Amino acid sequence: MLRFLLGRLAILIPTFLGVSLIAFSFIRMLPGDPVMLMSGERVMSEERHAAIMHDLGLDRPMPVQYLNYLTDVLSGDLGTSIVTKRPVLGEFLSLFPATLELSLCAIILAVVLGVPAGVFAAVKRGTWFDQSIMGVALVGYSMPIFWWGLLLIIFFSGYLQWTPVSGRISLMYFFPPVTGFMLIDSLLSGQPGAFRSAFSYLILPTIVLGTIPLAVIARQTRSAMLEVLGEDYVRTARSKGLSPLRVVGVHALRNALIPVITTIGLQVGVLLAGAILTETIFSWPGIGKWMVDAVFKRDYAVVQGGLLLIAGVIMLVNLAVDITYGFINPRIRH
Amino acid sequence: MSTVTASPKKTGHPSALAEFWHYFSRNKGAVIGLAIFIVILVVAILAPLFAPHSPSEQNREALLLVPSWMEGGNSSYLLGTDAVGRDILSRLIYGARFSLFIGLVVVTLSVISGVLVGLVAGYFGGRTDIVIMRIMDIILAFPSLLLALVLVAVLGPGLLNAMIAISLVNQPHFVRLTRASVLAEREKEYVVASKVAGAGTMRIMFLTILPNCLGPLIVQATLAFSAAILDAAALGFLGMGAQPPTPEWGTMLAEAREFIQRAPWVVTFPGLAILITVLAINLMGDGLRDALDPKLKRS
Amino acid sequence: MALLEIQNLTVEFQTASGLFRAVDNVSLTCDRGEILSIVGESGSGKSVSMLALMGLLPWTAKITADRLAFDGKDLIGLSPRQRRNIIGKDMAMIFQEPMSSLNPCFTVGFQLGETLRIHMGMNRAQRRERSIELLKLVGIPAPEERLSNFPHQMSGGMSQRVMIAMALACNPKLLIADEPTTALDVTIQAQILDLLVRLQKENGMALVLITHDMGVVAETAHRVQVQYAGQKVEEQPVGQLFADPHHPYTAALLAALPERAVAGEKLPSIAGVVPGQHDRPTGCLFAPRCAFVQPDCHQGARRQGRELGEALCNYPLVKGVPLDHPAFAVKEGA
Repeated sequence: MLRFLLGRLAILIPTFLGVSLIAFSFIRMLPGDPVMLMSGERVMSEERHAAIMHDLGLDRPMPVQYLNYLTDVLSGDLGTSIVTKRPVLGEFLSLFPATLELSLCAIILAVVLGVPAGVFAAVKRGTWFDQSIMGVALVGYSMPIFWWGLLLIIFFSGYLQWTPVSGRISLMYFFPPVTGFMLIDSLLSGQPGAFRSAFSYLILPTIVLGTIPLAVIARQTRSAMLEVLGEDYVRTARSKGLSPLRVVGVHALRNALIPVITTIGLQVGVLLAGAILTETIFSWPGIGKWMVDAVFKRDYAVVQGGLLLIAGVIMLVNLAVDITYGFINPRIRH
Repeated sequence: MSTVTASPKKTGHPSALAEFWHYFSRNKGAVIGLAIFIVILVVAILAPLFAPHSPSEQNREALLLVPSWMEGGNSSYLLGTDAVGRDILSRLIYGARFSLFIGLVVVTLSVISGVLVGLVAGYFGGRTDIVIMRIMDIILAFPSLLLALVLVAVLGPGLLNAMIAISLVNQPHFVRLTRASVLAEREKEYVVASKVAGAGTMRIMFLTILPNCLGPLIVQATLAFSAAILDAAALGFLGMGAQPPTPEWGTMLAEAREFIQRAPWVVTFPGLAILITVLAINLMGDGLRDALDPKLKRS
Repeated sequence: MALLEIQNLTVEFQTASGLFRAVDNVSLTCDRGEILSIVGESGSGKSVSMLALMGLLPWTAKITADRLAFDGKDLIGLSPRQRRNIIGKDMAMIFQEPMSSLNPCFTVGFQLGETLRIHMGMNRAQRRERSIELLKLVGIPAPEERLSNFPHQMSGGMSQRVMIAMALACNPKLLIADEPTTALDVTIQAQILDLLVRLQKENGMALVLITHDMGVVAETAHRVQVQYAGQKVEEQPVGQLFADPHHPYTAALLAALPERAVAGEKLPSIAGVVPGQHDRPTGCLFAPRCAFVQPDCHQGARRQGRELGEALCNYPLVKGVPLDHPAFAVKEGA
């Protein structure tokens, strides 16, 4: 197990260095003068140009620049937003809980519906039940979620007027963030109706963001389950006279979950990509919308820092998934 | 004494192609997907024949016209018009050209580069392999859409840059797949036999090993095709892909967003077009997987 | 009355290219305390008929039988729940691949105890005690420590011992062993066979031993049933079968035994393979490979009486000479 973890870490470190190199070179690949880009000014004097260049360390050799950048990153300095003039890391940390809350809700929705759907489809393979579940899953998997979000807004917000269109909570409520999770903060605030409001704002984005992971998890669970159901040990379990529920729910599912957990972990990247679109559609103040806005406002410091931070988050989640994988797979644990 | 008589009549072993079609066509969804895809392909190629209007022709008399079957619709504009009076159906028909073209270019670029790099990594192994796979890990550490978005921000918005960005993001999947297949095939007897027979590296890589990894690659290519269409539409929707007035489906959605409450059909049809196209390709992909993956055949 | 009684069992599978008959009107009996061996090449349907008896075939299999009785109970009329009360308790089975027949995600103790809990309703302490007793019985050293092992930590022979312990957990009346030694090393094979025979004697249970190894048959079985391409072709007590095989297929199998080879001569083999789904002959299924084939064999094969081992053959062998065979009749007449 320890060897397994060390192996994972040995892969993680060079990957992180590579990711930081990409974030570093990003600014230097942009067409135009990096000094102008980073300062966000359009006209400047020669002296000011040289001063900023020196401040940013752009006059030093590339390897030195990269080492400086890496040192800054490791000490938590990811630069300052050109637009807001606030530290990039601070902005990220204030917006990340919103994305995390939305992503968690989406993945919970996807797992809670997707795993049972996949299991039932596998057990009832070839039946109309299996075919309709897998049909719906394929539609979900093929869904352009930005359009799906707009459709849901047209129907639930526009036509039925059931759910709000954008934001995290009604403007009626205001309370300082404690955990950053609106569902929890609204409960802590003790304001009547606040939780209900936060919940209603969360429904549509959760559905939109959860759609593709839900479809992927249902399909993956079904195929893992089908594979496992053909294994010798499932036949052994049946030969013991165990009930079908126990054969499927204990003997088969326990094994099928191993690849499914990996799939769930891989969905984190999908979720963060989906968050870019979902947050844009629902004006959800998270890091996805933050990144899109930064690209549009040419806030390259934010794009650079965000790129590194988001990749970092994904790598950490993947590490966590690997550890979980090690724990649920006895062949690795021992 | 009893007599045990004739068992079922003799049938020959089916040929490889017939067997492929047998497994493919057994999946009804795959056949439907193939049919829809062919229709979309024909419509895209012969767009001028099918489109009732020019995709850029603006009719100032008919802004945001409802589809023809709704009250106040005009039979000349089957799916209605957009905010500047262009026929939505015609724009969708021309848009199919962009989507299929994007898919084709992305798949071609990422398959060729991915397979080459994957073959090299898998065949040579050792340090080459480690370096290549670490680079792929780095690309995969970013959410694909984010990386594509940032790449487009660097290269400048536009269809061509979007395609390059999406190809780059898709490529690691082909590298990994090819490498894994090569590693699995490399030690098999037929490869060793061909080595013993004196075949050169190039010959072994391309003529001996590659054909035996084709199945999973074809399946992945299908998936990449649909993913490319989705990603390009997403970039278009974010304003970073094809630029207006190009009738690209994602870009059309972006333009229509502000009329979401007033004219829902302007939003509905482009998305529906994306969904149907992607769904058709994915249906085919599932059928191909059933037909080409020997592991699943036994079921 | 026999413990196990099967009459005209037929199993068919729906495959991509049509219906495949894996078991064709097979009848079989096995008494208490008897070792019955079912012999045949791969594809002869010997495992499938026993899997059908255990109810372990996938639902795509179509099973029909005139009678399927165990211990006086007709299994055909039982509900799945009633059947599960018999399976794993009074009727148990072990399989060819011990390594893959144990569930990789659960410990030996869990997999052993499960049967004891379901069928015997034992509590935790009783289960532990009985599990240790069982592991001792099958000759596993340090059974207390083995209980917490996962299957991947054990060798093939050890796994098969655990499988046997699991099958014996509830003192079954019938144990079906499906090629229990095929996947094991030669030295381990003999140990496992000895163990099975010893346990069979000690417990007075019936043992159905499926194998393709005539050597194993000679050493262990009381009675032998030979199957070919899903049909029973001959049945005799073991001594008589080896002394005077009545079906040409049995004779050919025996002739292929290295022990029976004449020094200096090439070991005889049976040309061709068992017919599959696509090359099933009309008439006698063995006709294409038979040394004594006659034109009427392509029409069909007659079932001979008890005295001729119920051989499914138009010209059954008696002391190596086909009865009423035109070629041999002429010789005798001349």
